[in-house]
Amino acid sequence: MVQSKIWVFAEERQGQLAEVGLELLGKALDLAHPAGWKVASVLVGHSLNELGKRLLSFGADEVLVVDHPLLSSYCSQSHAKVLENSIRQHKPEVFLLGATAMGSDLGARLAARVRTGLSAHCIGLELSSEKKLLGVVPGWGGNVLARVYSPHTQPQMATVMPGVFDMPKERKITGRVIPLDVDLRPEDVTYRVLEVKREAAQKDTLEKAEVVIAGGYGIGSKADWQWVKELASALKGAVGATRPPVDEGWAREDQMVGQSGRTIHPKLYIGVGISGQMHHMVGIKGAELIVAINQDPQASIFELCDLGLVGDFREIIPHLIEAIKSYSD
Amino acid sequence: MRLIVCLKPVPDPKHWSRLGLDPKTKTLIREGIPNIINPLDRKALEAALQLREKGGGEVVTLSMAPPSALSVLREGLAMGADRSILLSDLAFAGSDALATSYILATAIRKLVPYDLILCGDQTLDGGTSLVSAQVAEFLDIPNLMHVRSIEAQNSRALHVRSQIEHGYLVAEMSPPVVLSVVKEINEPRYITFMNILAAEKKEIQIWSSKDLSLSEPWVGLKGSPSQMADLVIPEMKRKVEMLKGEPSEMTKALAGRLHRLGYC
Repeated sequence: MVQSKIWVFAEERQGQLAEVGLELLGKALDLAHPAGWKVASVLVGHSLNELGKRLLSFGADEVLVVDHPLLSSYCSQSHAKVLENSIRQHKPEVFLLGATAMGSDLGARLAARVRTGLSAHCIGLELSSEKKLLGVVPGWGGNVLARVYSPHTQPQMATVMPGVFDMPKERKITGRVIPLDVDLRPEDVTYRVLEVKREAAQKDTLEKAEVVIAGGYGIGSKADWQWVKELASALKGAVGATRPPVDEGWAREDQMVGQSGRTIHPKLYIGVGISGQMHHMVGIKGAELIVAINQDPQASIFELCDLGLVGDFREIIPHLIEAIKSYSD
Repeated sequence: MRLIVCLKPVPDPKHWSRLGLDPKTKTLIREGIPNIINPLDRKALEAALQLREKGGGEVVTLSMAPPSALSVLREGLAMGADRSILLSDLAFAGSDALATSYILATAIRKLVPYDLILCGDQTLDGGTSLVSAQVAEFLDIPNLMHVRSIEAQNSRALHVRSQIEHGYLVAEMSPPVVLSVVKEINEPRYITFMNILAAEKKEIQIWSSKDLSLSEPWVGLKGSPSQMADLVIPEMKRKVEMLKGEPSEMTKALAGRLHRLGYC
């Protein structure tokens, strides 16, 4: 008998668990236990034994395993079909997925299949006293946050951006693995994956970086973008960007912070030529120390930082690099 | 081959500062703000036009929007779509992703036989990215998101490349399918004056709820399971300390702090 009321999709591809599935498990445990609920990680795939144990070690009360040879490669229709059956049978109150390539697709399909609402790309989750799941999503251009919920349909679903919640700590195993029934036919797998290719992994550099130097539209040109990189290298930090430098081709897409809910939490963040629009600032609000360099004293980042320097970064950064180097010499 | 492209008119981001919220329904007030075709939907249309150029067929655009969106549909026709369908009815207002997908899917059913349904992976405004997979679910056909290339092998097989974390996968799919595209897929063509003139002669049909067999309750604000509970202004104010002086003085002070904290 499955007891868990919150189910967390433990995304697996090629035998690897996605970190966001563990982050969500940790958050779900924090939400569920005060409410008297249990939490299950849900594994869908084939030959998943070891992964089940791993999920238990991160605190899952139950690991629900849907194992079938036809599920060895992800296909939205087959995965949604088996999960729909399990949901109808065991009636969880909440179903969470990572807002990854797979989770966004599966979540959407599954929500339509069981006719429920889904809060997409959340950067926060809350459980109300009436046990309603509220997903915090950045609204229109990120200038406000909206709390979105589906109070009248079940399960209440959400996808959550990777990196929003911390990884849970490993602990003594108290939960158990429960295999679920699977009813699947070959025709339920509706496309064939010919190839999966991992490209040169720029591995979540920003999410893991302790120091991030980010530039905004105020940098003005590709040539001056060099200053952002040089400051980052002087502080052994990663380079981040707001949307416009990415659109202008000064920075890479994977360096963008804040837009579509990407969140980072470095110890030190220095924003250069960044005005402080909400969608970017929401993405860095977990930083311990926020330093802003901007020549416009009215820029809104100067209300949202710890230390502010008003001036031309082309003058400030060379001085700053020199001062930093004086400590290492 | 019939290619259906879902085009969403979205408020031009250049005018977002003028957007308001209806305090009662908590939906967006977009009156007076010019619409553009959602940029990724424009790329989906370009992908459809390229497939038509290679394999022949018909490109139909489909939008659910108020009648004020007609200019956006004209733009789609000027790019090269053969005809346009606008789903417009007060009853559709306030639809969430599930309701929107249900209405679009019901309209698409009237367009059988269809081979490919294309749209953008994300819209600029709502940004839930749910609709493509949900339309596919209501139609009970396969879908793939994050698509960055589509190659027709023959009339029965497509090779579709889809972005995943740090890489991509290639899937072989048989039409009909729903694909949502990412920005890497192409650069949409420019529209010439001649294209605009030619578009004037093309047909725009307007369908209301009466034209669709909407047997399920998932229509409009009332039929939408997702609701906005409230808006939150993020609490982000910090104790701001402005460093004073010439650049050399400010930076010396900053580097001193960073040194004490162990960063240099």
